Amino acid sequence: MNTKKKSEGFSVRSVVATGIGAAVFFVLMKFIAIPTGVPNTTINVAEGWLALIAGLFGPVVGLLVGFIGHTLNDAVTYGSPWWSWVIADGIFGFLLGLGKKHLALEYGNLSTKKLIQFNIWQVISNVIAWFIIAPIGDILIYKEAAQKVFLQGAVTAVVNSLSVAIIGSLLLVAYVKSRPKKNSLRNE
Amino acid sequence: MLTSVCEDFIDTKVIYFGIMTMNNLFGYKERDTWLNHTTGTAKLVGFLAISTMGMISYDTRFLLALGILAIVLMKMAQIKYHEYALMLKLVLVFAVINLVMVTVLAPQYGAQLYGTHHALFGSGYWTITEEQVFYEFNLLLKYLFSLPLAIILLFTTNPSEFAAGLNKIGVPYKIAYSFAITLRYIPDVQSDYHTISLAQQARGYEISKKASLLARSKGAVQIIIPLIFTSLDRIETISQAMELRRFGRGKKRSWYQEQAFSKRDIIVFIGSIVVIVTGVGLLISNNGRLYNPFQDR
Amino acid sequence: MPAPIIDFQHVTFKYHAQAEPTLHDVSFQIYPGEKVLIAGASGSGKTTLLRLLNGLIPQAYAGDVTGKLTLNGGNIIEQTLFDLSLQAGTVLQDSDAQFVGLTVAEDIAFALENDNQPVSHIKAEVSKWANRFGLGERLGLAPQALSGGQKQRTAMAGVLVDDGKLLLFDEPLASLDPAAGVAAMEMIDKLQTERELTVVIIEHRIEEVLSANVDRVIVMADGRIVANGTPTEMIQLGILPENGLDEPLYVKLLRRANVDVASLANVADVKQVIVDENKVAIEQLKIPVKKGLHDTPKLVIENIDFSYDKKQPLFKKFSTVIHQGEVLGIVGKNGSGKTTLSHLLTGFLMPGAGDILLDGKSVLQQSIKERADDIGYVLQNPNHMITKATVFEEVASGLILRHVPNDEVEARTRTVLKLIDLDNMRHWPISALSFGQKKRLTIAAVLVLSPQILILDEPTAGQDATHTGDLLNFLATINQQEKTTIVIITHDMHLLANFVERALVVVDGQLLADTTPAELLANEKLVTAASLRTTSIYQLANRLGISNPEELNAAIVHG
Ligand SMILES: Nc1ncnc2c1ncn2[C@@H]1O[C@H](COP(=O)(O)OP(=O)(O)OP(=O)(O)O)[C@@H](O)[C@H]1O
Ligand SMILES: Nc1ncnc2c1ncn2[C@@H]1O[C@H](COP(=O)(O)OP(=O)(O)OP(=O)(O)O)[C@@H](O)[C@H]1O
Ligand SMILES: [Mg+2]
Ligand SMILES: [Mg+2]
Repeated sequence: MNTKKKSEGFSVRSVVATGIGAAVFFVLMKFIAIPTGVPNTTINVAEGWLALIAGLFGPVVGLLVGFIGHTLNDAVTYGSPWWSWVIADGIFGFLLGLGKKHLALEYGNLSTKKLIQFNIWQVISNVIAWFIIAPIGDILIYKEAAQKVFLQGAVTAVVNSLSVAIIGSLLLVAYVKSRPKKNSLRNE
Repeated sequence: MLTSVCEDFIDTKVIYFGIMTMNNLFGYKERDTWLNHTTGTAKLVGFLAISTMGMISYDTRFLLALGILAIVLMKMAQIKYHEYALMLKLVLVFAVINLVMVTVLAPQYGAQLYGTHHALFGSGYWTITEEQVFYEFNLLLKYLFSLPLAIILLFTTNPSEFAAGLNKIGVPYKIAYSFAITLRYIPDVQSDYHTISLAQQARGYEISKKASLLARSKGAVQIIIPLIFTSLDRIETISQAMELRRFGRGKKRSWYQEQAFSKRDIIVFIGSIVVIVTGVGLLISNNGRLYNPFQDR
Repeated sequence: MPAPIIDFQHVTFKYHAQAEPTLHDVSFQIYPGEKVLIAGASGSGKTTLLRLLNGLIPQAYAGDVTGKLTLNGGNIIEQTLFDLSLQAGTVLQDSDAQFVGLTVAEDIAFALENDNQPVSHIKAEVSKWANRFGLGERLGLAPQALSGGQKQRTAMAGVLVDDGKLLLFDEPLASLDPAAGVAAMEMIDKLQTERELTVVIIEHRIEEVLSANVDRVIVMADGRIVANGTPTEMIQLGILPENGLDEPLYVKLLRRANVDVASLANVADVKQVIVDENKVAIEQLKIPVKKGLHDTPKLVIENIDFSYDKKQPLFKKFSTVIHQGEVLGIVGKNGSGKTTLSHLLTGFLMPGAGDILLDGKSVLQQSIKERADDIGYVLQNPNHMITKATVFEEVASGLILRHVPNDEVEARTRTVLKLIDLDNMRHWPISALSFGQKKRLTIAAVLVLSPQILILDEPTAGQDATHTGDLLNFLATINQQEKTTIVIITHDMHLLANFVERALVVVDGQLLADTTPAELLANEKLVTAASLRTTSIYQLANRLGISNPEELNAAIVHG
């Protein structure tokens, strides 16, 4: 509707979505994270939120929310951020954000087909982020042992795929249900 | 899995009672030390320089030196043990678990890395070498050395300065401001979360220990959903409030918290450069990232 | 006559999601230097009108606009939000959302920072405006550490740094205590005269706004402008009650005394209206104040201690009794512990010491949910309570959780929805409701469970008189028929004066008084201490030299 603003790139709404998105991500990660027994690896609702916000606002917001949220959480919990995982979270957000156009959450109905496509894509994104980017980052940046980091990565990919499949899908459905359709509101 | 979401949720609820203000979230306090008076920009640059070099380098001497430097700085900043005890414990637990994992999953990794093999004890898969011990010692140093630096950064920098600082070191102002928004709204989101959880319990979602696990997990979802909607609503109202005051209008913006550099800041910059140069020098002289004491033996 | 600053000609607007337009053929002008109140029932389109003025429509809310609308002669639709913001400053209803800075200083500086002004200039401006608004000592504080009134003032300062000539306020008084509300209105009045501002205020608390020299009132109903004139004309013609709005209480009193309001000069100003010859008629209205009708203890609070912060205890040995079947009001200034007290009663917070007894049994061991079965609680912020996607589901959810049979769920839900006037929107997504509508929805969701005790935190915030009236009628019915005990936390002096039987005054965690509202409002010292405000009835009685004004007040309530 507003063509004037589009050309300026990162809109004010995206700035705020990033800020609030990261704040919620941080709170969810800090308050509702369950240790899986494998270090550095927790089940979290935060990734489900990341899926929604990236799906609504696109890849750049997704990337920044993952990046800022994870950095802050690490900083407050462990002192300093564990960069390879921070980057992986950012990339996860970015990949999910690529689905924005296709999902068209703001307008459309979320058909079962779309929901399944979303879940396939989120599993792929999880694998890329946690089984490829994060371990490779660990090896390159921190010279960690491959056996260890790939195991951690695999566990995280599985756990996060499950979290997003449950929490993420639930949030998407709830969101779409809450949106009024065009010309749909009338008193009865 | 959801049920465990809930259990954990209940435990944390007790710990994080009441609203944390942003300052105590990060442990920032006003203290009269030179580190407190240094600008956020300088500290950010210093932190990034030292922690990046430390991250890249596997030179034990260098890491030890940086660790000692960090501890000295922390003493100068007059930060007390009890303020960071929890973080330290978490990092130690994190480090120990990681080291155990490396030992179990990759006991020969040290030998492979350093290219020599000096057995200490054990046999077969479980042969523990000097190289392995040395590698894991380096790993431990890496887990630990940056903690004091991060603590200094968090405890001596007014959160308001971070955004201005990020912008000053080249991060676009819109991204820097989204970081400021994150800091601004974390306490609000936290208190929302807390209130919503209480309100939902009052509506009839039993999530105290008296209910079944399934009922509690349903309750947990009922808290997350309003939190998400409140937050999405916030995005709309806040972006309107910001546009109504012309955020995003120009290519640049100024910052109320921007501070002029003084001598202290210059010293921090010079110090950072010294660390970087030393680190790079060692990379060259070591022929790579590893410092290898086993080569000549 | 000078050119109008705002000029709307036949403006019609439809939100994309709506089937019907929200504003129909709206035409009006506002001239430089005027102070205009926009009043109208909840959902009548006031906020929508404001969004057209500041450009949020169509830039943030999509929809179809027709007609001609100009600001300072320029077409609003064709200008960017940035250009418009230099001409018109908006103070949003939600001062938490408006407060985007990390501290007071940064928030006031926000607009100037965005204009890339030099830091030294910004600092000077910020300190100037902060001092103007009495915030000079608080520049470094985070929003979490401020009271509602302080946040509101920060928001105003943050808009005024712009030197714009037009100020738009959406319900500036909604969360302020009465004294802070009056202070805010005085501040607006002062600024307006000093700086020749044009001010547009949307507000439900009409009595308070009228006390600040409003030049004109525009009344809206169902998306149309139904009246546009001076406050005196409005009151003479009786337009406010016709449109479901509250008249100032003294006007109600005058009408009841059969004073010919329609021809009374200066009737809009209680300080100037001349009614001395009606003194006798007015005095005859007096009826004695009823009190102490209830004496069976229902909920007993015994020596409670509570603190958020160990250094500053909030409640110390706080005790009181809530009786079976009474309507109790809790009042007191912003931040004095009213909400905290209700949280202690509902189990959201646990007292450090002391006990709470319901029907003689301690409730401290019960979970929040168990307590909620007896004590229904409606929170201050509706967004914290809403979990479902649509209006109907939201109200039904509590019944479903309690395994009520389906047909009964349907019947009970519909009954309550009709009561609060949301039945015809029952399938709407909640995101399409106005603030007042959401607030009513959350009340319905608790009412439907028929609790024995009902605690309402600011139930009338953002509500118009009709909806408040309907709600109060309903509360009165359940209070009489089902003996439901009702506890209302409020800043609304009309509600206090007209509905509450017994008032507790809580200030800084102390129980300052336990009395009838009428007596409370007649006691000037107490009123000041509690940051309340006497209603206009008391001002009128004072001017006429009528003693025991509380008995006049009772006349309006029970007459
Ligand atoms: N974003 C929106 N999308 C669709 N409909 C909307 C939107 N905002 C408001 N409406 C509808 O427009 C009508 C007028 O709403 P508006 O917020 O202008 O009312 P108001 O007079 O300000 O009410 P209140 O006093 O409760 O704040 C309402 O029926 C509401 O449902
Ligand atoms: N969760 C919290 N943590 C710390 N302090 C709090 C918390 N909630 C409230 N307070 C403080 O306790 C005091 C009482 O707050 P409370 O919300 O009970 O006031 P109130 O009377 O309801 O005010 P209002 O009229 O503005 O709603 C205030 O000073 C407030 O800042
Ligand atoms: Mg409104
Ligand atoms: Mg309150």
